[in-house]
Amino acid sequence: MVSSRTYFESATNMATSTRQSCLKYLLHLAQDNLDFRLPEIKSLLALRGKPFHSSGNFQEKTPFWCLDGLSEEDVRGVMARSVCAKSAFELWGHGTTHSELKTSLLKYPTENMVCDAMSPFMRKDSTYRINVYTFNKTLEFEDRIKRIDSMDYLPFEGTVNLKSPQHIFCLLEDYGTDPNDIPEHPNYIYFGRWIADGQRELIRSHSVKNRHFIGNTSMDAGLSFIMANHAKVNKMTLSLTRSLLVACSHFRAYVCGTDIDYNTIHGRGRSSRKNKTWRGPDENIRANLRQYGTEDMYIDVMVSDASKHVWREAALFDAIITDPPYGIRESTRRTGSHKDVTKPQDAIYEESHVSVTQAYHLSDIFTDLLNFSAHHLCACCPLSRYCVEMVPLNPCLRIISNCEQTLSSHTSRRLITMEKIKNPEELDSLAYLADPRFSPYQGHNAFREKYFSGVNKRSGKEDNKAAVNGE
Amino acid sequence: MFVNMKLLTHNMLTSHVKGVTKGYPLLIKATEVKVNEVDFNPQFVSRMIPKLEWSALVQAADELGHRQDLPVELVPEYEKNEEFLKKVHRVLLEVEVIEGCLRCPESGREFPISRGIPNMLLNDDEV
Repeated sequence: MVSSRTYFESATNMATSTRQSCLKYLLHLAQDNLDFRLPEIKSLLALRGKPFHSSGNFQEKTPFWCLDGLSEEDVRGVMARSVCAKSAFELWGHGTTHSELKTSLLKYPTENMVCDAMSPFMRKDSTYRINVYTFNKTLEFEDRIKRIDSMDYLPFEGTVNLKSPQHIFCLLEDYGTDPNDIPEHPNYIYFGRWIADGQRELIRSHSVKNRHFIGNTSMDAGLSFIMANHAKVNKMTLSLTRSLLVACSHFRAYVCGTDIDYNTIHGRGRSSRKNKTWRGPDENIRANLRQYGTEDMYIDVMVSDASKHVWREAALFDAIITDPPYGIRESTRRTGSHKDVTKPQDAIYEESHVSVTQAYHLSDIFTDLLNFSAHHLCACCPLSRYCVEMVPLNPCLRIISNCEQTLSSHTSRRLITMEKIKNPEELDSLAYLADPRFSPYQGHNAFREKYFSGVNKRSGKEDNKAAVNGE
Repeated sequence: MFVNMKLLTHNMLTSHVKGVTKGYPLLIKATEVKVNEVDFNPQFVSRMIPKLEWSALVQAADELGHRQDLPVELVPEYEKNEEFLKKVHRVLLEVEVIEGCLRCPESGREFPISRGIPNMLLNDDEV
Protein backbone atom coordinates (compact mmCIF):
# COMPACT_ATOMS: atom_id res chain seq x y z
CA MET A 1 0.00 0.00 0.00
CA VAL A 2 1.26 3.48 -0.81
CA SER A 3 1.60 5.68 2.24
CA SER A 4 0.06 9.12 2.01
CA ARG A 5 3.49 10.78 2.28
CA THR A 6 4.97 8.89 -0.65
CA TYR A 7 1.83 9.56 -2.58
CA PHE A 8 2.17 13.27 -1.92
CA GLU A 9 5.81 13.29 -3.02
CA SER A 10 5.19 11.45 -6.22
CA ALA A 11 2.31 13.79 -6.96
CA THR A 12 4.64 16.78 -6.56
CA ASN A 13 7.28 15.18 -8.77
CA MET A 14 4.64 14.48 -11.34
CA ALA A 15 3.53 18.08 -11.16
CA THR A 16 7.06 19.33 -11.86
CA SER A 17 7.59 16.99 -14.76
CA THR A 18 4.13 17.76 -16.13
CA ARG A 19 4.96 21.45 -15.95
CA GLN A 20 8.09 20.77 -17.95
CA SER A 21 6.54 18.65 -20.61
CA CYS A 22 3.30 20.57 -21.05
CA LEU A 23 4.97 23.93 -21.51
CA LYS A 24 5.48 25.05 -25.05
CA TYR A 25 8.43 27.06 -26.23
CA LEU A 26 8.46 29.50 -29.10
CA LEU A 27 11.57 29.94 -31.21
CA HIS A 28 12.01 33.07 -33.27
CA LEU A 29 14.33 32.27 -36.17
CA ALA A 30 16.34 34.46 -38.46
CA GLN A 31 14.85 34.53 -41.93
CA ASP A 32 18.02 33.65 -43.85
CA ASN A 33 19.65 30.31 -44.68
CA LEU A 34 16.17 28.77 -44.35
CA ASP A 35 17.33 25.27 -45.27
CA PHE A 36 19.97 25.20 -42.55
CA ARG A 37 17.68 25.99 -39.61
CA LEU A 38 15.83 22.76 -38.94
CA PRO A 39 18.97 20.55 -39.06
CA GLU A 40 20.72 23.00 -36.73
CA ILE A 41 17.98 22.98 -34.11
CA LYS A 42 17.61 19.19 -34.42
CA SER A 43 21.37 18.68 -33.96
CA LEU A 44 21.49 20.95 -30.92
CA LEU A 45 18.54 19.11 -29.37
CA ALA A 46 20.22 15.80 -30.17
CA LEU A 47 23.31 16.98 -28.25
CA ARG A 48 21.01 17.19 -25.21
CA GLY A 49 19.40 13.86 -26.01
CA LYS A 50 16.07 15.46 -26.90
CA PRO A 51 13.96 14.83 -30.00
CA PHE A 52 12.47 17.64 -32.07
CA HIS A 53 8.70 17.86 -31.49
CA SER A 54 6.87 20.69 -33.11
CA SER A 55 3.42 21.51 -31.88
CA GLY A 56 0.42 22.26 -34.03
CA ASN A 57 0.70 23.23 -37.64
CA PHE A 58 4.47 23.30 -38.23
CA GLN A 59 5.72 25.30 -41.20
CA GLU A 60 9.47 25.17 -41.67
CA LYS A 61 9.81 28.37 -43.68
CA THR A 62 8.10 30.67 -41.15
CA PRO A 63 10.08 32.64 -38.56
CA PHE A 64 8.19 31.18 -35.58
CA TRP A 65 8.29 27.56 -34.43
CA CYS A 66 6.49 26.08 -31.41
CA LEU A 67 8.31 23.23 -29.69
CA ASP A 68 6.96 20.61 -27.32
CA GLY A 69 8.44 18.29 -24.75
CA LEU A 70 11.40 20.41 -23.64
CA SER A 71 12.55 21.93 -20.38
CA GLU A 72 13.68 25.52 -20.01
CA GLU A 73 17.21 24.21 -19.54
CA ASP A 74 17.05 22.45 -22.93
CA VAL A 75 15.92 25.65 -24.58
CA ARG A 76 18.72 27.62 -22.92
CA GLY A 77 21.21 24.97 -24.06
CA VAL A 78 20.04 25.24 -27.66
CA MET A 79 20.11 29.05 -27.59
CA ALA A 80 23.63 29.05 -26.17
CA ARG A 81 24.79 27.66 -29.53
CA SER A 82 22.21 28.40 -32.19
CA VAL A 83 23.15 30.82 -34.93
CA CYS A 84 19.83 30.35 -36.77
CA ALA A 85 17.56 31.20 -33.82
CA LYS A 86 17.23 34.79 -32.63
CA SER A 87 15.31 34.33 -29.37
CA ALA A 88 13.31 31.81 -27.40
CA PHE A 89 10.18 32.33 -25.32
CA GLU A 90 8.03 30.32 -22.95
CA LEU A 91 4.80 30.47 -24.92
CA TRP A 92 1.91 31.70 -22.75
CA GLY A 93 -0.72 32.18 -25.41
CA HIS A 94 -1.31 32.39 -29.13
CA GLY A 95 -4.05 32.83 -31.68
CA THR A 96 -5.00 34.23 -35.07
CA THR A 97 -6.60 37.37 -33.54
CA HIS A 98 -6.07 39.40 -30.37
CA SER A 99 -9.29 38.06 -28.88
CA GLU A 100 -8.18 34.49 -29.55
CA LEU A 101 -4.87 35.35 -27.90
CA LYS A 102 -6.76 36.70 -24.88
CA THR A 103 -8.82 33.51 -24.53
CA SER A 104 -5.66 31.42 -24.87
CA LEU A 105 -3.76 33.55 -22.33
CA LEU A 106 -6.54 33.52 -19.77
CA LYS A 107 -6.78 29.77 -20.09
CA TYR A 108 -3.03 29.29 -19.76
CA PRO A 109 -2.50 28.88 -16.01
CA THR A 110 -5.51 26.61 -15.63
CA GLU A 111 -4.78 24.66 -18.77
CA ASN A 112 -1.85 23.12 -16.94
CA MET A 113 -4.04 22.38 -13.93
CA VAL A 114 -1.18 21.29 -11.75
CA CYS A 115 0.52 24.59 -11.19
CA ASP A 116 0.30 28.25 -11.84
CA ALA A 117 2.73 28.95 -14.63
CA MET A 118 2.31 32.72 -14.77
CA SER A 119 2.20 34.20 -11.30
CA PRO A 120 5.82 33.59 -10.24
CA PHE A 121 6.79 36.11 -12.93
CA MET A 122 4.13 38.69 -12.09
CA ARG A 123 4.70 39.20 -8.37
CA LYS A 124 4.52 42.61 -6.74
CA ASP A 125 8.21 42.75 -5.88
CA SER A 126 9.32 41.99 -9.45
CA THR A 127 10.17 44.29 -12.35
CA TYR A 128 9.20 43.66 -15.95
CA ARG A 129 8.98 44.99 -19.46
CA ILE A 130 6.80 44.08 -22.44
CA ASN A 131 8.23 44.19 -25.96
CA VAL A 132 6.22 44.26 -29.15
CA TYR A 133 7.81 42.56 -32.13
CA THR A 134 6.29 42.50 -35.59
CA PHE A 135 7.56 40.40 -38.45
CA ASN A 136 7.17 41.83 -41.99
CA LYS A 137 5.55 45.05 -40.78
CA THR A 138 6.65 48.14 -38.86
CA LEU A 139 4.30 49.52 -36.23
CA GLU A 140 4.12 53.16 -35.14
CA PHE A 141 5.19 53.83 -31.56
CA GLU A 142 1.59 54.70 -30.51
CA ASP A 143 0.33 51.43 -31.97
CA ARG A 144 2.88 49.50 -29.95
CA ILE A 145 1.75 51.24 -26.76
CA LYS A 146 -1.86 50.49 -27.66
CA ARG A 147 -1.03 46.80 -28.10
CA ILE A 148 0.58 46.72 -24.65
CA ASP A 149 -2.26 48.65 -23.00
CA SER A 150 -4.83 46.31 -24.49
CA MET A 151 -3.27 43.43 -22.58
CA ASP A 152 -4.37 44.85 -19.22
CA TYR A 153 -6.37 41.68 -18.64
CA LEU A 154 -3.15 40.00 -17.55
CA PRO A 155 -2.59 40.41 -13.81
CA PHE A 156 0.84 42.04 -13.83
CA GLU A 157 1.53 43.26 -10.31
CA GLY A 158 5.20 44.19 -10.59
CA THR A 159 6.75 47.49 -11.57
CA VAL A 160 7.66 48.39 -15.12
CA ASN A 161 11.39 48.79 -15.65
CA LEU A 162 12.50 49.41 -19.21
CA LYS A 163 16.23 49.37 -18.61
CA SER A 164 16.96 46.26 -16.57
CA PRO A 165 13.81 44.31 -15.77
CA GLN A 166 13.86 40.90 -14.10
CA HIS A 167 11.38 39.51 -16.58
CA ILE A 168 10.83 40.39 -20.22
CA PHE A 169 7.62 39.51 -22.02
CA CYS A 170 7.03 39.75 -25.70
CA LEU A 171 4.05 40.12 -27.98
CA LEU A 172 4.98 38.80 -31.42
CA GLU A 173 2.90 39.41 -34.51
CA ASP A 174 3.50 37.51 -37.71
CA TYR A 175 2.47 39.31 -40.91
CA GLY A 176 3.57 36.55 -43.28
CA THR A 177 6.72 36.37 -45.35
CA ASP A 178 5.76 38.30 -48.49
CA PRO A 179 7.03 41.91 -48.27
CA ASN A 180 4.88 42.85 -51.30
CA ASP A 181 1.67 41.66 -49.74
CA ILE A 182 1.55 42.78 -46.11
CA PRO A 183 -1.85 42.08 -44.56
CA GLU A 184 -3.75 44.65 -42.47
CA HIS A 185 -4.00 42.29 -39.50
CA PRO A 186 -1.40 39.77 -38.39
CA ASN A 187 -1.73 36.16 -39.55
CA TYR A 188 -0.77 34.92 -36.13
CA ILE A 189 -0.01 36.36 -32.68
CA TYR A 190 2.08 34.96 -29.85
CA PHE A 191 2.72 36.08 -26.30
CA GLY A 192 5.41 34.67 -24.08
CA ARG A 193 8.12 35.13 -21.52
CA TRP A 194 11.56 35.77 -22.97
CA ILE A 195 14.09 33.11 -22.03
CA ALA A 196 17.25 33.58 -24.04
CA ASP A 197 18.72 34.99 -27.22
CA GLY A 198 20.62 32.93 -29.77
CA GLN A 199 24.16 33.52 -30.93
CA ARG A 200 23.57 35.82 -33.92
CA GLU A 201 26.17 38.12 -32.37
CA LEU A 202 28.86 35.60 -33.35
CA ILE A 203 28.34 36.50 -37.00
CA ARG A 204 29.55 40.02 -36.27
CA SER A 205 32.15 39.29 -33.62
CA HIS A 206 33.75 36.50 -35.66
CA SER A 207 33.42 38.20 -39.01
CA VAL A 208 36.20 37.24 -41.39
CA LYS A 209 36.94 40.95 -41.70
CA ASN A 210 38.14 41.13 -38.09
CA ARG A 211 40.22 37.96 -38.17
CA HIS A 212 43.89 38.16 -37.60
CA PHE A 213 44.57 35.69 -40.38
CA ILE A 214 42.48 34.68 -43.37
CA GLY A 215 43.15 32.23 -46.14
CA ASN A 216 41.86 32.34 -49.68
CA THR A 217 38.72 30.39 -48.91
CA SER A 218 37.93 31.42 -45.32
CA MET A 219 34.27 30.74 -44.81
CA ASP A 220 31.57 33.17 -43.82
CA ALA A 221 31.32 33.22 -40.00
CA GLY A 222 27.59 32.48 -39.79
CA LEU A 223 27.78 29.45 -42.04
CA SER A 224 30.83 28.06 -40.30
CA PHE A 225 29.09 28.13 -36.90
CA ILE A 226 26.02 26.51 -38.48
CA MET A 227 28.27 23.78 -39.88
CA ALA A 228 29.91 23.18 -36.53
CA ASN A 229 26.43 22.88 -35.01
CA HIS A 230 25.28 20.44 -37.69
CA ALA A 231 28.34 18.35 -36.85
CA LYS A 232 27.41 18.43 -33.14
CA VAL A 233 30.93 19.23 -31.95
CA ASN A 234 31.45 19.76 -28.22
CA LYS A 235 34.18 19.48 -25.61
CA MET A 236 34.42 15.71 -26.16
CA THR A 237 35.12 16.08 -29.85
CA LEU A 238 38.40 15.68 -31.69
CA SER A 239 37.65 17.23 -35.04
CA LEU A 240 39.55 17.27 -38.28
CA THR A 241 38.71 20.33 -40.23
CA ARG A 242 39.79 22.48 -43.09
CA SER A 243 39.01 26.19 -42.75
CA LEU A 244 36.59 25.79 -39.79
CA LEU A 245 38.96 25.71 -36.83
CA VAL A 246 37.68 28.93 -35.32
CA ALA A 247 34.03 27.86 -35.30
CA CYS A 248 34.75 24.36 -33.95
CA SER A 249 37.04 25.60 -31.21
CA HIS A 250 34.43 28.16 -30.18
CA PHE A 251 32.20 25.24 -29.21
CA ARG A 252 35.14 23.77 -27.28
CA ALA A 253 36.00 21.03 -29.76
CA TYR A 254 39.65 20.11 -30.19
CA VAL A 255 40.78 20.91 -33.70
CA CYS A 256 43.30 19.50 -36.17
CA GLY A 257 43.72 21.08 -39.56
CA THR A 258 45.51 20.31 -42.78
CA ASP A 259 46.12 22.13 -46.00
CA ILE A 260 48.17 21.34 -49.07
CA ASP A 261 49.47 24.90 -49.30
CA TYR A 262 52.65 25.50 -47.29
CA ASN A 263 52.16 29.26 -47.40
CA THR A 264 48.58 29.16 -46.12
CA ILE A 265 49.45 26.95 -43.19
CA HIS A 266 52.50 28.95 -42.25
CA GLY A 267 50.74 32.24 -42.86
CA ARG A 268 53.31 33.39 -45.35
CA GLY A 269 53.18 34.89 -48.76
CA ARG A 270 50.65 37.20 -50.27
CA SER A 271 47.72 38.26 -48.14
CA SER A 272 44.20 37.22 -49.12
CA ARG A 273 42.94 40.62 -48.04
CA LYS A 274 42.07 43.43 -50.36
CA ASN A 275 44.52 46.36 -50.38
CA LYS A 276 47.15 44.41 -48.52
CA THR A 277 50.06 42.75 -50.22
CA TRP A 278 51.96 40.56 -47.75
CA ARG A 279 50.95 38.70 -44.65
CA GLY A 280 52.43 39.88 -41.36
CA PRO A 281 54.83 37.73 -39.31
CA ASP A 282 52.17 36.59 -36.82
CA GLU A 283 49.35 35.85 -39.25
CA ASN A 284 48.59 32.18 -38.78
CA ILE A 285 45.79 29.89 -37.69
CA ARG A 286 46.84 29.57 -34.09
CA ALA A 287 46.89 33.35 -33.78
CA ASN A 288 43.22 33.33 -34.81
CA LEU A 289 42.31 30.96 -32.01
CA ARG A 290 44.34 33.09 -29.62
CA GLN A 291 42.40 36.12 -30.79
CA TYR A 292 39.14 34.42 -29.80
CA GLY A 293 40.47 32.86 -26.61
CA THR A 294 40.22 29.25 -27.75
CA GLU A 295 43.90 28.41 -28.13
CA ASP A 296 43.54 25.54 -25.64
CA MET A 297 41.48 23.68 -28.22
CA TYR A 298 44.24 23.84 -30.82
CA ILE A 299 45.86 20.49 -31.47
CA ASP A 300 47.85 20.93 -34.66
CA VAL A 301 47.82 21.98 -38.24
CA MET A 302 50.06 20.49 -40.87
CA VAL A 303 50.99 20.69 -44.49
CA SER A 304 49.63 17.57 -46.11
CA ASP A 305 47.77 16.32 -49.10
CA ALA A 306 44.24 15.28 -48.17
CA SER A 307 44.32 12.58 -50.85
CA LYS A 308 47.26 10.78 -49.16
CA HIS A 309 47.17 8.63 -46.06
CA VAL A 310 49.05 10.48 -43.38
CA TRP A 311 46.81 9.23 -40.55
CA ARG A 312 47.17 5.88 -38.83
CA GLU A 313 44.52 3.42 -40.00
CA ALA A 314 42.00 3.76 -37.14
CA ALA A 315 38.81 5.56 -36.20
CA LEU A 316 40.51 8.63 -34.74
CA PHE A 317 38.17 11.56 -35.25
CA ASP A 318 34.80 12.39 -33.75
CA ALA A 319 33.93 14.83 -36.50
CA ILE A 320 35.25 15.77 -39.92
CA ILE A 321 34.16 19.19 -41.07
CA THR A 322 35.36 20.56 -44.33
CA ASP A 323 34.69 22.90 -47.19
CA PRO A 324 36.53 21.35 -50.11
CA PRO A 325 37.69 23.63 -52.92
CA TYR A 326 35.57 23.58 -56.06
CA GLY A 327 38.17 25.25 -58.23
CA ILE A 328 36.73 28.75 -58.08
CA ARG A 329 38.71 30.71 -55.55
CA GLU A 330 41.20 27.94 -54.96
CA SER A 331 42.17 25.33 -57.51
CA THR A 332 41.58 21.63 -56.91
CA ARG A 333 45.02 20.06 -56.62
CA ARG A 334 46.86 17.12 -55.24
CA THR A 335 50.52 16.25 -55.24
CA GLY A 336 51.95 14.12 -57.98
CA SER A 337 53.05 14.52 -61.53
CA HIS A 338 52.11 12.91 -64.81
CA LYS A 339 55.72 13.07 -65.90
CA ASP A 340 58.27 10.50 -64.89
CA VAL A 341 60.28 12.31 -62.32
CA THR A 342 63.73 11.08 -61.57
CA LYS A 343 65.33 12.55 -58.55
CA PRO A 344 68.72 14.00 -59.34
CA GLN A 345 71.46 12.37 -57.32
CA ASP A 346 71.91 13.81 -53.86
CA ALA A 347 69.25 16.39 -54.49
CA ILE A 348 68.12 18.05 -51.31
CA TYR A 349 64.67 19.52 -51.27
CA GLU A 350 64.27 22.69 -49.34
CA GLU A 351 61.97 22.56 -46.38
CA SER A 352 59.54 24.90 -48.13
CA HIS A 353 59.86 23.03 -51.42
CA VAL A 354 56.58 23.18 -53.30
CA SER A 355 55.74 19.83 -54.78
CA VAL A 356 54.43 19.51 -58.29
CA THR A 357 50.68 19.31 -58.18
CA GLN A 358 48.29 17.84 -60.65
CA ALA A 359 44.64 18.37 -61.40
CA TYR A 360 42.27 16.69 -58.98
CA HIS A 361 38.83 15.87 -60.29
CA LEU A 362 36.00 17.21 -58.20
CA SER A 363 34.22 13.86 -58.13
CA ASP A 364 37.44 12.22 -56.91
CA ILE A 365 37.70 14.75 -54.08
CA PHE A 366 34.25 13.77 -52.86
CA THR A 367 34.88 10.06 -53.23
CA ASP A 368 38.21 10.27 -51.42
CA LEU A 369 36.69 12.34 -48.66
CA LEU A 370 33.89 9.84 -48.10
CA ASN A 371 36.28 6.90 -48.09
CA PHE A 372 38.57 8.75 -45.70
CA SER A 373 35.64 9.48 -43.39
CA ALA A 374 34.44 5.90 -43.52
CA HIS A 375 37.87 4.82 -42.25
CA HIS A 376 38.78 7.55 -39.79
CA LEU A 377 35.52 8.57 -38.16
CA CYS A 378 34.36 6.96 -34.94
CA ALA A 379 31.04 5.16 -35.20
CA CYS A 380 27.98 7.42 -35.19
CA CYS A 381 30.12 10.47 -35.74
CA PRO A 382 29.28 13.12 -38.26
CA LEU A 383 30.94 14.33 -41.41
CA SER A 384 29.78 17.76 -42.37
CA ARG A 385 30.92 19.43 -45.51
CA TYR A 386 29.96 21.46 -48.50
CA CYS A 387 29.77 20.00 -51.91
CA VAL A 388 28.41 21.30 -55.13
CA GLU A 389 25.04 20.30 -56.43
CA MET A 390 25.16 16.53 -56.31
CA VAL A 391 25.12 14.34 -53.26
CA PRO A 392 27.80 11.66 -53.26
CA LEU A 393 27.05 8.46 -51.42
CA ASN A 394 28.98 5.88 -49.46
CA PRO A 395 27.56 2.68 -47.96
CA CYS A 396 29.22 3.40 -44.59
CA LEU A 397 27.71 6.86 -44.22
CA ARG A 398 24.09 7.85 -43.76
CA ILE A 399 22.84 11.30 -44.76
CA ILE A 400 21.37 13.24 -41.84
CA SER A 401 20.71 16.52 -43.56
CA ASN A 402 21.14 18.06 -46.96
CA CYS A 403 20.73 21.83 -47.23
CA GLU A 404 20.97 23.83 -50.39
CA GLN A 405 22.56 27.26 -50.62
CA THR A 406 22.05 29.04 -53.93
CA LEU A 407 25.22 30.60 -55.32
CA SER A 408 23.86 31.99 -58.55
CA SER A 409 20.95 31.42 -60.92
CA HIS A 410 22.45 28.19 -62.22
CA THR A 411 24.71 26.88 -59.46
CA SER A 412 24.29 26.02 -55.82
CA ARG A 413 26.21 24.21 -53.16
CA ARG A 414 24.95 21.91 -50.46
CA LEU A 415 25.86 21.40 -46.87
CA ILE A 416 25.67 17.66 -46.35
CA THR A 417 25.91 16.14 -42.92
CA MET A 418 26.43 12.40 -42.71
CA GLU A 419 26.90 9.93 -39.93
CA LYS A 420 29.06 6.83 -39.96
CA ILE A 421 26.90 3.74 -39.57
CA LYS A 422 29.36 0.90 -40.10
CA ASN A 423 33.00 0.10 -40.67
CA PRO A 424 34.11 -0.07 -44.29
CA GLU A 425 34.53 -3.37 -46.10
CA GLU A 426 36.68 -3.92 -49.14
CA LEU A 427 33.96 -3.52 -51.77
CA ASP A 428 32.54 -0.35 -50.24
CA SER A 429 35.17 1.94 -51.67
CA LEU A 430 34.13 1.03 -55.20
CA ALA A 431 30.40 1.47 -54.68
CA TYR A 432 30.37 5.00 -56.03
CA LEU A 433 31.38 3.79 -59.48
CA ALA A 434 27.87 2.51 -60.01
CA ASP A 435 26.48 5.97 -59.36
CA PRO A 436 25.70 7.75 -62.64
CA ARG A 437 25.66 11.15 -60.93
CA PHE A 438 29.42 11.13 -60.74
CA SER A 439 30.05 11.50 -64.45
CA PRO A 440 29.16 15.24 -64.75
CA TYR A 441 32.00 16.12 -62.36
CA GLN A 442 34.71 14.08 -63.98
CA GLY A 443 36.46 17.04 -65.56
CA HIS A 444 38.58 18.70 -62.91
CA ASN A 445 37.33 22.15 -63.79
CA ALA A 446 33.76 21.04 -64.51
CA PHE A 447 32.17 23.04 -61.73
CA ARG A 448 34.32 26.06 -62.42
CA GLU A 449 33.25 26.02 -66.05
CA LYS A 450 29.61 25.76 -65.11
CA TYR A 451 29.97 28.47 -62.46
CA PHE A 452 31.42 30.93 -64.92
CA SER A 453 29.27 29.89 -67.88
CA GLY A 454 26.47 32.22 -66.79
CA VAL A 455 28.89 35.12 -66.51
CA ASN A 456 30.28 34.37 -69.94
CA LYS A 457 26.81 34.12 -71.44
CA ARG A 458 25.88 37.49 -69.99
CA SER A 459 29.06 39.23 -71.10
CA GLY A 460 28.62 37.54 -74.48
CA LYS A 461 25.16 39.10 -74.76
CA GLU A 462 26.52 42.49 -73.81
CA ASP A 463 29.19 42.15 -76.46
CA ASN A 464 26.50 41.40 -79.03
CA LYS A 465 24.47 44.39 -77.90
CA ALA A 466 27.53 46.60 -78.18
CA ALA A 467 28.12 45.23 -81.64
CA VAL A 468 24.52 46.01 -82.65
CA ASN A 469 24.60 49.50 -81.14
CA GLY A 470 28.01 50.27 -82.44
CA GLU A 471 28.38 51.52 -85.94
CA MET B 1 55.35 33.46 -32.04
CA PHE B 2 55.58 29.76 -32.82
CA VAL B 3 53.10 26.99 -33.22
CA ASN B 4 54.06 23.54 -32.03
CA MET B 5 53.36 19.89 -32.74
CA LYS B 6 51.71 17.91 -29.96
CA LEU B 7 52.22 14.24 -29.17
CA LEU B 8 48.53 13.54 -29.77
CA THR B 9 49.12 14.41 -33.41
CA HIS B 10 52.31 12.37 -33.49
CA ASN B 11 50.35 9.39 -32.20
CA MET B 12 47.99 9.60 -35.17
CA LEU B 13 50.47 10.28 -37.96
CA THR B 14 52.04 7.62 -40.10
CA SER B 15 54.52 7.62 -42.98
CA HIS B 16 53.00 7.18 -46.42
CA VAL B 17 56.12 6.97 -48.55
CA LYS B 18 55.58 4.67 -51.55
CA GLY B 19 56.42 1.06 -50.79
CA VAL B 20 56.59 1.46 -47.02
CA THR B 21 54.61 -1.20 -45.14
CA LYS B 22 55.44 -0.30 -41.58
CA GLY B 23 55.63 3.47 -41.34
CA TYR B 24 54.48 3.68 -37.73
CA PRO B 25 55.38 5.09 -35.25
CA LEU B 26 57.41 7.94 -36.65
CA LEU B 27 60.60 8.64 -34.73
CA ILE B 28 60.88 12.15 -33.35
CA LYS B 29 64.14 14.01 -33.69
CA ALA B 30 63.54 17.19 -31.74
CA THR B 31 65.91 20.08 -31.42
CA GLU B 32 63.48 22.22 -29.43
CA VAL B 33 60.73 21.07 -27.02
CA LYS B 34 58.42 23.17 -24.90
CA VAL B 35 55.70 22.53 -22.31
CA ASN B 36 52.67 24.72 -22.84
CA GLU B 37 49.88 24.62 -20.25
CA VAL B 38 46.40 23.74 -21.50
CA ASP B 39 43.09 23.36 -19.59
CA PHE B 40 42.64 19.85 -18.20
CA ASN B 41 39.57 18.08 -19.64
CA PRO B 42 39.43 14.63 -17.97
CA GLN B 43 36.47 13.36 -20.04
CA PHE B 44 38.24 14.16 -23.29
CA VAL B 45 41.47 12.50 -22.16
CA SER B 46 39.71 9.30 -21.06
CA ARG B 47 37.81 9.27 -24.34
CA MET B 48 41.05 9.57 -26.32
CA ILE B 49 42.98 6.88 -24.43
CA PRO B 50 41.37 3.85 -26.16
CA LYS B 51 42.14 5.44 -29.55
CA LEU B 52 45.85 5.86 -28.76
CA GLU B 53 48.71 3.54 -29.60
CA TRP B 54 49.86 3.49 -26.00
CA SER B 55 53.37 2.15 -26.59
CA ALA B 56 53.99 4.79 -29.29
CA LEU B 57 52.97 7.53 -26.86
CA VAL B 58 55.26 6.26 -24.11
CA GLN B 59 58.14 5.91 -26.58
CA ALA B 60 57.61 9.44 -27.95
CA ALA B 61 57.45 10.98 -24.47
CA ASP B 62 60.60 9.09 -23.59
CA GLU B 63 62.43 10.34 -26.70
CA LEU B 64 61.60 13.92 -25.76
CA GLY B 65 62.67 13.42 -22.15
CA HIS B 66 59.16 14.03 -20.81
CA ARG B 67 58.07 10.49 -19.95
CA GLN B 68 58.42 11.04 -16.19
CA ASP B 69 56.67 8.02 -14.60
CA LEU B 70 54.24 7.17 -17.38
CA PRO B 71 53.76 3.35 -17.11
CA VAL B 72 54.58 0.96 -19.97
CA GLU B 73 51.14 -0.61 -19.65
CA LEU B 74 47.88 1.28 -19.55
CA VAL B 75 46.51 1.24 -15.99
CA PRO B 76 43.11 -0.44 -15.40
CA GLU B 77 40.11 1.79 -14.65
CA TYR B 78 41.98 4.87 -15.81
CA GLU B 79 38.69 6.82 -16.17
CA LYS B 80 38.55 7.22 -12.38
CA ASN B 81 42.24 7.82 -11.88
CA GLU B 82 42.60 11.58 -12.08
CA GLU B 83 46.30 11.60 -11.31
CA PHE B 84 46.96 9.24 -14.22
CA LEU B 85 44.68 11.23 -16.57
CA LYS B 86 46.63 14.37 -15.69
CA LYS B 87 49.88 12.69 -16.70
CA VAL B 88 48.38 11.56 -20.01
CA HIS B 89 46.92 15.04 -20.52
CA ARG B 90 50.39 16.49 -20.07
CA VAL B 91 52.13 14.32 -22.66
CA LEU B 92 49.22 14.41 -25.12
CA LEU B 93 48.42 18.10 -25.13
CA GLU B 94 51.11 20.06 -23.30
CA VAL B 95 54.47 18.75 -24.51
CA GLU B 96 55.19 20.35 -27.87
CA VAL B 97 57.89 19.98 -30.50
CA ILE B 98 58.92 23.29 -32.03
CA GLU B 99 61.81 22.35 -34.29
CA GLY B 100 62.88 18.94 -35.45
CA CYS B 101 61.66 16.24 -37.76
CA LEU B 102 59.64 13.04 -37.94
CA ARG B 103 61.51 10.05 -39.35
CA CYS B 104 59.87 7.15 -41.16
CA PRO B 105 61.08 3.99 -39.33
CA GLU B 106 61.32 1.96 -42.55
CA SER B 107 62.50 4.25 -45.33
CA GLY B 108 64.31 6.81 -43.19
CA ARG B 109 62.48 9.63 -44.99
CA GLU B 110 62.39 12.69 -42.75
CA PHE B 111 59.37 14.94 -42.54
CA PRO B 112 60.48 18.36 -41.25
CA ILE B 113 58.70 20.14 -38.41
CA SER B 114 59.32 23.79 -38.85
CA ARG B 115 57.88 26.45 -36.56
CA GLY B 116 55.85 23.59 -35.02
CA ILE B 117 54.14 22.58 -38.24
CA PRO B 118 54.89 19.13 -39.69
CA ASN B 119 55.23 19.04 -43.44
CA MET B 120 53.86 15.68 -44.55
CA LEU B 121 54.00 16.39 -48.28
CA LEU B 122 56.03 13.94 -50.29
CA ASN B 123 58.20 14.92 -53.18
CA ASP B 124 57.28 14.19 -56.75
CA ASP B 125 59.30 10.98 -56.97
CA GLU B 126 57.94 9.47 -53.75
CA VAL B 127 54.22 9.26 -54.44
